[in-house]
Amino acid sequence: MCLAIPGKIIQITQQEKDNRLGKVNFAGVVKVVNLTYVPQADVGDYVTVHVGFALNVMDQHDAELVISHLNSVSEQNEAKLDKVRQRIQKRSGRS
Amino acid sequence: MIKYVSEFRNVQAVHKILKDLHGITKHSWSIMEICGGQTHALLRYGIDELLPKKITLLHGPGCPVCVTPLEKIDKAIYIARQSDVIFCSFGDMLRVPGSHLDLLSAKAEGADVRIVYSPMDALKIAGENPHRRVVFFAVGFETTVPAIAMTVHRAATLKMKNFYLLVSHVLVPPAIRALLAAPDNRVQGFLAAGHVCTVMGYEEYIAISKEFKIPIVVTGFEPYDLAMGIFMCVRQLENGTFKTENEYTRAVARQGNVLAQDLMHRVFKVVDRKWRGIGVIPQSGLDLNEHYAEFDAETAFNVHLEVQEPEECISGLVLQGVKKPFECSEFAKRCTPDHPLGATMVSTEGACAAYYRYKMIDGDKK
Ligand code: SF4
Repeated sequence: MCLAIPGKIIQITQQEKDNRLGKVNFAGVVKVVNLTYVPQADVGDYVTVHVGFALNVMDQHDAELVISHLNSVSEQNEAKLDKVRQRIQKRSGRS
Repeated sequence: MIKYVSEFRNVQAVHKILKDLHGITKHSWSIMEICGGQTHALLRYGIDELLPKKITLLHGPGCPVCVTPLEKIDKAIYIARQSDVIFCSFGDMLRVPGSHLDLLSAKAEGADVRIVYSPMDALKIAGENPHRRVVFFAVGFETTVPAIAMTVHRAATLKMKNFYLLVSHVLVPPAIRALLAAPDNRVQGFLAAGHVCTVMGYEEYIAISKEFKIPIVVTGFEPYDLAMGIFMCVRQLENGTFKTENEYTRAVARQGNVLAQDLMHRVFKVVDRKWRGIGVIPQSGLDLNEHYAEFDAETAFNVHLEVQEPEECISGLVLQGVKKPFECSEFAKRCTPDHPLGATMVSTEGACAAYYRYKMIDGDKK
């Protein structure tokens, strides 16, 4: 029941400060989601949604970094892989 | 276009990380994933079987369904049976055994029990049924609390008089502290649950890392995340460091979601909480505070119970990583997902259910 899944905002349907709503597309299934906790989120952003509430806006930059890591693995490009991994580790170690 | 799912299931990448993990693992280590969702993902993708033999995964107490105390289930059933009540709950809670029966049987006997996806759905039902009392079963970790807090806040704004919550919220960091302070603790490193940290951030975990000299890695839920989280944790263990690191940077910021935390603190107060199978953990739960006390179902229905837990189920030890589900004498015998004796066999995040589902083939242990 703790599952939270990423989806893409396709429309903001209500802009009240205390009750901000929008439509979110989860791989083809569209649901109305409460966006009050993510006032900065806009159409096109990906949010993590749990029991009808968006909890965050996905950090696209970090996601791209990880994905370039993944792709470089598929290409078996070791040198690039190490570089990307170092970058990911640097970012993830920032505590 | 990033989809935030399929990219993180890249098999070759996971294998590469696991190969690196084999390369760096020199000593034996026990790592606990706190979250039951991660337990299921690890078993489902078979990552547990690809780890170096020297690494033991311990499955933690991070399943809200599993740790909801028996008396709360009994209270839920008592309230649901009142003739004017509509009892709303997340689906997972319906088959959790209480002392005598579960919510699903109460429903079969005529109680108006409804499954909802969001607490807001329960509030809507309350608005549509002004002459009924509508009670929502508010279970969950910090991930779920913001949704509940907003729902209660809305109920107060709308001046709802027929909406109540049966609250059984639990908090992760006090449970980690309790596990680490236990004399038989075996945990040497933690994977912290990414979605809990999406809400709460991870500053509290940094303090725990320092205090207990233990590495903690905030970890996501996809195969890549889990492999990487384990790799980062083992790397720290082998290097003798004990920091809190963040693997799940795309979804977790150090400070978490501050707006959500604010509303949580406005609606709830921290209290001691009993965990099923484990006992009371100090300051490990949330209850409605005095400003929202009118929405508290236990007060409104004046229901106070203390019940003994059955002895045959060792789910408490399973939840603390002391025993594996296979070590329970009832596992796959008297206790199965169709006839669960304990909550860990019911929940989609329960360790016993995960072992039954992913480790039993034709009735045999894999
Ligand atoms: S197998 Fe069943 S009885 Fe045994 S610990 Fe798990 S839930 Fe309890």
